[in-house]
Amino acid sequence: MRPLPLSGTAKAITGTIEPGRRLLRLRAAETGAVDEADIALIRHDGDLAMARVRGFTKAVLFDDSSTTDVTDFALVAHIDPRFDYLADGDVMALDPGSGRFRVLYRRGSKNNTFLVTERCNHYCLMCSQPPRKVNDGWIVDEITACIDLIDPATQSIGFTGGEPLLEGRRFLSLLTKMRERLPETSVHVLTNGRAFADDTVATAWAEIHHPDLWAGIPIYAAVDHIHDYVVQAQGAFDETVLGILRLKDKGQRVEVRCVLHAITAPRLKETCEWFARNLPFVDHVALMGLENTGFALANQESLWIDPVDYADDLASGVQTLRAAGVNVSVYNLPLCVLDRSVWDVAVQSISDWKNAYLPVCEGCSVRDRCSGFFSTGRPRISRGIRPISDQ
Amino acid sequence: MAGFRDAAAYNPTAGLQLLPIRFEQLQPNRYLVNNFVGDGLLLTRQELDRVVGLDLSPGDGLYERAFEKLLVSVKGQQSQLQLLAMRLRSRMAFLQQPTALHIFVVTLRCEHSCPYCQVSRRCVDRERYDMSSDTAIRALRVALSAPPPTIKIEFQGGEPLLNFPLIRQIVETARRDVPSGKMLEFVIATNLALLDDDVLDFCRENSVLLSTSLDGPADLHNRNRPRPGSNSHQLATEGIRRAQSALGRDRIGAFMTTTEASLERVEGIIDEYLKLDLDGIFLRPLSPYGFAIKTKQFNKYGGREWLKFYERGLRYILDINKNGRHFPEFYATLLLKRILTDVPIGYVDLRSPAGIGLGALVYNYDGKVFASDEGRMLAEMGDRTFELGDLATDDYRSLILSDKLIELVGGSLSQCSPECASCAFEPYCGSDPVYHHATQGDPVGIKPLSEFCARQKSVLRLLIELLDDSPEDAAVLRGWVSR
Repeated sequence: MRPLPLSGTAKAITGTIEPGRRLLRLRAAETGAVDEADIALIRHDGDLAMARVRGFTKAVLFDDSSTTDVTDFALVAHIDPRFDYLADGDVMALDPGSGRFRVLYRRGSKNNTFLVTERCNHYCLMCSQPPRKVNDGWIVDEITACIDLIDPATQSIGFTGGEPLLEGRRFLSLLTKMRERLPETSVHVLTNGRAFADDTVATAWAEIHHPDLWAGIPIYAAVDHIHDYVVQAQGAFDETVLGILRLKDKGQRVEVRCVLHAITAPRLKETCEWFARNLPFVDHVALMGLENTGFALANQESLWIDPVDYADDLASGVQTLRAAGVNVSVYNLPLCVLDRSVWDVAVQSISDWKNAYLPVCEGCSVRDRCSGFFSTGRPRISRGIRPISDQ
Repeated sequence: MAGFRDAAAYNPTAGLQLLPIRFEQLQPNRYLVNNFVGDGLLLTRQELDRVVGLDLSPGDGLYERAFEKLLVSVKGQQSQLQLLAMRLRSRMAFLQQPTALHIFVVTLRCEHSCPYCQVSRRCVDRERYDMSSDTAIRALRVALSAPPPTIKIEFQGGEPLLNFPLIRQIVETARRDVPSGKMLEFVIATNLALLDDDVLDFCRENSVLLSTSLDGPADLHNRNRPRPGSNSHQLATEGIRRAQSALGRDRIGAFMTTTEASLERVEGIIDEYLKLDLDGIFLRPLSPYGFAIKTKQFNKYGGREWLKFYERGLRYILDINKNGRHFPEFYATLLLKRILTDVPIGYVDLRSPAGIGLGALVYNYDGKVFASDEGRMLAEMGDRTFELGDLATDDYRSLILSDKLIELVGGSLSQCSPECASCAFEPYCGSDPVYHHATQGDPVGIKPLSEFCARQKSVLRLLIELLDDSPEDAAVLRGWVSR
């Protein structure tokens, strides 16, 4: 199980282009160059001839895919064939000086997510993207530029962190640009929601008037000290709940997310009852299996619980939420560890680039509608994993 | 990588505070502890003492339960209070849409002569006891000027089909005059004895619902509901079947009234409803109005006997549901909605402030306007306490803002009535000023002497214990609410 590589270093960069990180949109050679940022995808010599005809001045070659002379191009990046999944319309950031590059957007994927900042005011025990105290304000600028290169037909874009709202106004401006430039694209922001406890932030968010903007906000327990412990921040529960209330008061879409592990699972039933009674108006509740990567690895001892051991409480929690008319989904958990009563809400939630299945899944009859596993980190395998044969 | 802090580092840094709670002993060592939006928690005496004394620490289990049920908060926290405020607003949101129900008493005449008749029906004198067309048009003008987006018009009697031409006229005029954007619903409360194809065609064409009386098997029903020919049961059941096939199974509902003769026969009554494929049953006690008082029907059994009847019936109904048939008891369903959700309740008798006027207005055949159906029943007995005005001179505003109604509504808040204010069941209950006025001469009444109060407490207690003690029953009860 290995995730799709999204960043790397080019084997060689040639050309006369000036140094400095830049955004490049990959184009099939037969399409015409339309923008300064366009770079031709060269898979064979024919592509190269076509790129010249179309007037491309930049090209990506997959390793030894060509031995032809390319000195007439202003920029040529030779990159590893592991990246040959790259396709027309994808966007990458490349620093010609160091050769380092990162794939920012894949047009064919449903899971395009931008990391807005690595800074966070939480320090969650199971964080899959451990925060860092760095000055990374440039990232918002890069994303803002990237939006110009994204296909307007893209179904959805996610923003994550760190805590995106730490970028405050600049991030809200970015969302405004999303609405202007990509009005058909659903936007899903993962935030801890605390910023919305401040009415001015919640109001500014609402005033973007985005047609399909979601705030995905975690609540790990209905008890202050449990939530605060999980996110390692005193007072977080109080602010997060207030933030959700403010957003809903302004008619904004909110998804509540609860990651299940040994600290949250013991009160899962009660947490779901609390959601049903106190937040029945949220637009979605996601009950999520743990991704065993990042901090979750460091805290395995206190976090690991076999999903089989909370399956009954999960079924009961889902039932409670359904009865209250709450839209609920189960994320990241394979069907074989779940009670059958929740199969219809167990979705294939794991992003394509880090989604995998086990050898034992080969003979399973429901594999093609199962979430499978995270290929990131060090996956821990439930004792309940087995092929389902009677479907 | 910085280190992680252990759980104890996130214990509250300020002291705890108790949020408003009320409690009631259910069993020797079992207490219902409730906040004012109905998050009930069942605790032992020792646990109750610890909650009240704030003798709680994170991790002891009781802290967590009390916090989740919004019984306690940490000083300085806002979210617990905001959640309570928001949910209270939601539970009382029925106030945002006053007067959705408008009852037209199109005639007081009836061809039945039920001794328990609560409206004191008349058998003669069309001139005197039928609503006039002029009165009906005035009533309609008031009804259509009420604020809610959906206006429900219910035709009552007597037997309203004795004045069917007026019903036709009202429905047609209402459809013509309804302000754009408003929806209309119509219900005829009828004994079905006069149901014919004309009426059924009319109901189908105008999406009119039917509501009828069915007291149980033939002998019981006919004894309770005498009419010439002693065929009330036959006419009612035939009418139900005809209406079901002509209008649809869900377009007709039936109500039963419990008399002394019903007390030992709850299973038979329920079976009768099942046999007729009705979608549930409302086990109702007799109310202290009209002939029910005059003929002393009301005093023939006590609250205790009715409760035994109700509990036996409810358990029988639960068994039916456990065997796979969805068949709710509607009174339990109403209370369960109060227990399990914050959905504002439409039922006018389970509200606080009371549903008088704010929930319904009643236009009597003679043009008088009443704050509730029971209010006009009292007026037929000579007590005009709940008469708000007259269609000859009043409009919606003058009725709803009348000093009389404001005073009656203002006095009806269970949240601050004696006994109710400290009652753990208060969030699930409501205020019935007409009942207390009728039985005790005071709209608030002395609750320990109130059969309404005793009945509410007992049924609620039963439901809460079933929800907690019996997973199978609880699943059925929850199913009634979520449908």
